[in-house]
Amino acid sequence: MLIFVVSMAESGLGAAGNPASPTNIFAPKSTPAHSIYQLSIFELEVLGTIFVVVFSLLAYAVIRFREQKHEDGSEPPQIYGSNQMELAWTVLPVLIVVVLFLSTAQVIHRVQDAREPQGTIEVTAVAHQFWWEYRYPQFGLVAANELHVPVSDPAHPTPTYIHLLSADVDHSFWVPQLAGKTDLIPNHPNNMWIDPHETGLFVGQCAQYCGTQHAKMLLRVYVENREDFDRWVHAQQQQAAANPSAAAGAALFVSKACFACHTIRGTMAAGPAGPDLTHLMSRETIASGAVPITRENLLKWVRNPDTFKPGSLMPAPDLTPQELGQIVDYLMTLD
Amino acid sequence: MASEAVPLTIRQNPLAVVYEWLGTCDHKKIGLMYIVYALLFFVVTGWEAVLMRIQLAHANSTFLSPQLFDRLFTLHGTTGVFFVAMPILFGFGNYLVPLMIGARDMAYPRLNAFGFWMTAFGGLFLYASLFAGDSVAKAGIAPDVGWFAYAPLTAVAFSPGHSTDYWNLSLLLAGVGSIAGGVNFVATILSMRCPGMTLGRMPLLAWMNLVMGGLVLVTISPLTAAQLMLMADRYLGAHFFDTQAGGSAVLWMHFFWIFGHPEVYVLIIPCFAFISEIIPVFSRKAIFGYPAMVAATTSIGFVSLGVWAHHMFTVGMPSYGNAFFVLTTMVVAVPTGIKIFNWLATMWGGKIRFATPMLFAVGFLFQFLIGGLTGIMLATAPFDWQLGNSYFVVAHFHYVIVGGILFSIFAAFYYWFPKMTGRMMDETLGQWHFWMFLIGFHLTFDSLHIPGLLGMPRRVYTYEAGRGWESWNMIASVGVILQGAAVLVFVYNLIRSGVRGRPAGNDPWDAWTLEWATTSPPPEYNFAAVPVVESRRPLWDVKHPDDPDSKYE
Repeated sequence: MLIFVVSMAESGLGAAGNPASPTNIFAPKSTPAHSIYQLSIFELEVLGTIFVVVFSLLAYAVIRFREQKHEDGSEPPQIYGSNQMELAWTVLPVLIVVVLFLSTAQVIHRVQDAREPQGTIEVTAVAHQFWWEYRYPQFGLVAANELHVPVSDPAHPTPTYIHLLSADVDHSFWVPQLAGKTDLIPNHPNNMWIDPHETGLFVGQCAQYCGTQHAKMLLRVYVENREDFDRWVHAQQQQAAANPSAAAGAALFVSKACFACHTIRGTMAAGPAGPDLTHLMSRETIASGAVPITRENLLKWVRNPDTFKPGSLMPAPDLTPQELGQIVDYLMTLD
Repeated sequence: MASEAVPLTIRQNPLAVVYEWLGTCDHKKIGLMYIVYALLFFVVTGWEAVLMRIQLAHANSTFLSPQLFDRLFTLHGTTGVFFVAMPILFGFGNYLVPLMIGARDMAYPRLNAFGFWMTAFGGLFLYASLFAGDSVAKAGIAPDVGWFAYAPLTAVAFSPGHSTDYWNLSLLLAGVGSIAGGVNFVATILSMRCPGMTLGRMPLLAWMNLVMGGLVLVTISPLTAAQLMLMADRYLGAHFFDTQAGGSAVLWMHFFWIFGHPEVYVLIIPCFAFISEIIPVFSRKAIFGYPAMVAATTSIGFVSLGVWAHHMFTVGMPSYGNAFFVLTTMVVAVPTGIKIFNWLATMWGGKIRFATPMLFAVGFLFQFLIGGLTGIMLATAPFDWQLGNSYFVVAHFHYVIVGGILFSIFAAFYYWFPKMTGRMMDETLGQWHFWMFLIGFHLTFDSLHIPGLLGMPRRVYTYEAGRGWESWNMIASVGVILQGAAVLVFVYNLIRSGVRGRPAGNDPWDAWTLEWATTSPPPEYNFAAVPVVESRRPLWDVKHPDDPDSKYE
């Protein structure tokens, strides 16, 4: 029995005592996550009280009413029930349910039915097996795997509204410190919003099993102050600059299979199936957050994507070591 | 192979025994076959869990490939629900219901055998996928779509080959078997009761199996329908769930969960039944609030049909839709609370004997309480936006399925094994089993709540270091070793006690329901003379002729 008490205490401490975890749901950094957090703390208090009361009754019954060593073998008094007690433990839970329901409905309304203010950033997130595409229709740009949004000052909120689509199967967008998760379902557009109150990197990952590499469909949200964000937007809006030193790789990119899936704006490559690579080197990671972007990792990835993500949909291209080097050299110019 | 003639000797007896079991329509033999079959699959699904826990013990592990891991969690979930929990509960129900209502068999003995064999073939068919092989299906062995097989991951475009068909067809077969079983429970309980046993005098076990049988009838059919539609999509060019052609992925979710949530009650209600029989006998008191227990059970049955979309709070339902399912789901807490309080009140003022069945029953009560409370957290839609599909959910439903359902099944084994075999299970081994399993269970499933609160989604074959998940996953994996060892003790106890346990006699627990009025094991006809009852506890009346229950009911 002690185990139960200890384990429950452990659970609470385990979560609360982990401010270091970048995905702790009890460390909200955005209004939707914060509303959920407040509701959950209230609910934990209510349920914790119920647990302590029922647990104590049960523990008392188990200890107090165990058969004594020297029993005469007679049966205890037989009690068949009590309508008053049945009524009591029906009405009391009903009242608790009413309270919990009303507080829940309020938060549902506050998060789901929030009216979109002026001046929001709009992003269309398209989930693919196993990576994220981010379109910014207001700015005419497309990025992949690393979402950039401006920080939102609670006094002058500039929230980001995310329109959620899927190109293939079901996925779910979950960055715990910013908001609860919302699924991306083909043929069923969804919406969510965030208004991060702090700058920094917020991480999460796909939360609906979507196939072999579901585990490495990681989410990275970069919250920046407005100037940095505008600078990022401006940079991303540019087409890829031609770099004569990497001409061989650039030619290979459009003569080998690469261009069929990837887009590099400003070149012939306009494939829609894979991540847009126009500003590849402006990112910190490749393979949807699986590994840091380094020359070595790019070489490994392009040679055989299964090295990092077995089962990823990018095929291993048929390249000689020299061609591989040239392509990676070219990719490294895409900043 | 053998080119020379080998003298063939047919020993009559062993084959006769095989024929007898293959062709039997006796509810007790069918019940035992369900139980043994489920125990075999229990070991299989347990091993699948062990492999997954080894993989997840630390970050970035490469013990299993992602493809294999995905197949393992699909098999583990499908097997656990359909080929362990359901058949074992059907087995106990089959064995016990006719005995407890004073009947000689189920209403439809042949349908009963048919139901068992369909379920059995369903399970074997699922595992036949292991032998279909890469080379034949071109898409790997064994399904990898998860136990709820969300569309459109199951479409031919995303799941070529036949692995998904194995999942689909095996559950279709087993579903037909379950429906046969459901019909049989309802018909038997409504029409085969012995003289004097009005509905109001039925043991709670019979009441609860009646509700379970009714739920099976209305819940399995949507799954079967959806599976036929999926077959049509995959082979006849239909577009029910084909999102590229205007089909709906959300439609599958609705179909699946309108099956899937009542299914949880199909599993837990028979466990309530075990607990409602065991707690009174070991507390030496009549069940407290019998009419309230019946009312609570039936209302759980009805309300459970209107809660399914609480599995879909993240799907993007409108706010009022979400609020509706929050309300219906929270309402379930009321009758569930009534049950817990009635069990408590039954123990209150009793003389509790802590034999192994009662230990497991008390374990059930504690764990079911916690599983119920975490269930309310998940029913709170906004909280579920964080917790849904995380390890918190994994911990929650294992708390219910292992901490609740499996604990009560263990209780049922220790309680009714003497009736089924005529021998007692070893009490010392039973205590070892209980304490080892209890500690292992809590190490594993208490720990798993926390990575969920820290953002770890379910169904990931590996995870990043540095998110606070590692140590909890390691503890969870260590707990599995203890649980596995405890199950070995249990299996050893079953076999050893079955062979040379202490003879049990008719009524080893000094209990009150009709199954204890006949021999252990009961004869094929159950009762030499059909019993006549005058109260809910006919054997109490026999043992206390001066103070029978019938005076108070």
